[in-house]
Amino acid sequence: MRETVRVSLTVNGSPRDLDVEPRRLLSDALRHDLRLTGTHVGCEHGVCGACTVLVDGTPMRSCLLFAVSLDGASVTTVEGCRAPDGGLGPVQQAFHECHALQCGFCTPGFVTTVTAYLAEHADPSAADAREAIAGNLCRCTGYQNIVAAVQRAAELSQGRPSGAADPASGASQ
Amino acid sequence: MKPAPFAYHRPRSLAEALDMLADLGEEAKVLAGGQSLVPLMSMRLASPAHLVDLNQVPGLATVDVGAEGVRVGALARHSQVEHDTASYDALPLLRQALRQVAHPTIRNRGTTVGSLVHGDPAAEMPAVLMLLDGSVTLNDVNGTRDVAATAFFKGPMETDLRPGELAVGASFRRPPPGSGSAFVEVSRRHGDYAMCGVGALVTASEGALSAARVCLVGVGTRPVLLDLAPALGDGVVDDEASAALVDAAIDPETDIHATADYRRHLAHVLVRRALAEARTAAEARAA
Repeated sequence: MRETVRVSLTVNGSPRDLDVEPRRLLSDALRHDLRLTGTHVGCEHGVCGACTVLVDGTPMRSCLLFAVSLDGASVTTVEGCRAPDGGLGPVQQAFHECHALQCGFCTPGFVTTVTAYLAEHADPSAADAREAIAGNLCRCTGYQNIVAAVQRAAELSQGRPSGAADPASGASQ
Repeated sequence: MKPAPFAYHRPRSLAEALDMLADLGEEAKVLAGGQSLVPLMSMRLASPAHLVDLNQVPGLATVDVGAEGVRVGALARHSQVEHDTASYDALPLLRQALRQVAHPTIRNRGTTVGSLVHGDPAAEMPAVLMLLDGSVTLNDVNGTRDVAATAFFKGPMETDLRPGELAVGASFRRPPPGSGSAFVEVSRRHGDYAMCGVGALVTASEGALSAARVCLVGVGTRPVLLDLAPALGDGVVDDEASAALVDAAIDPETDIHATADYRRHLAHVLVRRALAEARTAAEARAA
């Protein structure tokens, strides 16, 4: 057994202590040690964005972080982006409504990225939405519906009625 | 795609970090943001035996703006520098370039000083350090030394940093009054490394340029800093003379992203574009 290091994290609001090898990537610590398999691992070198989680509220690539380096940090995964009642959170609901996913592999990274983005940008334009998701790759949708979902999620987050955000408005960019 | 095992060290002070680096010597790599190092380790292009993690060392996540310029500490994330209003007011080039460093998610963790020490010849921040007559501060157990940007970058992924040393900060100097800057680049995909990038810094007074410098990335083994003074006549840069200077200074290579010829073409187009934008910026700052 290789040497392990004790790390204390807060994951989706719950304190979790882990004994990890120093080389354990946060993405693997979440998936294998904590069994939070919502975080997906795509390229494993920081290009695809599928593994994006929030560290102290800020989106980061979990495949580019060593768990051991995050002692004391608070991590939010896609499992933590649910509504308080356990149902779909606003970003998840918007992706559902706008058909912003097909195979769904990349979706957890989009949901975490968009959740953090909307916390600071209440009313993004379609161009803003594109910029916000520029670091996340999707091989199915062609992005149009994801752009619409970002805008729809902004509406849902603020309890606004459905307006500007429909797939056609995203497609017109 | 998993890093090789390594021994992990978590210093709680700068002195402790320097002691560790002195003991471990060439066996150790420093972990700050890790946005270049971790992929290299995952791909097994780097397998350091020891990693010294700076993230719990206090006092390094600093961005200080003074009369001389902007000083960035070893743990200041790219996004921290990018969003620092006082830094932008003093040196707009910092934000102009940082916005083109990878994606926001990478900038949230990656550090500006780490990018300098990584020394990638296609990266933006080494070029910015060169344009702004900057320097890197290197500490070890015996003391500290400042290395000018022009001497710091030696070749691809190669800098003047010695085993046992830690880059504790970098200084970017204020250009003369009347200056304007720009950073433009062309990459295959948004956020990718640039096939060619150009930073420009010009000084203008009453519409006439008195100084013009550019620094090109992606077209040589290190950032290519070029003073365009010989191409400057009657307050404007002569495009033909400037193109000849650029041609003589760069040495682009062909790879899967672009041919050497295309990179050369980009260099010429982007130099003109960067100079025009920098001039506009200088006029806007003067107004």
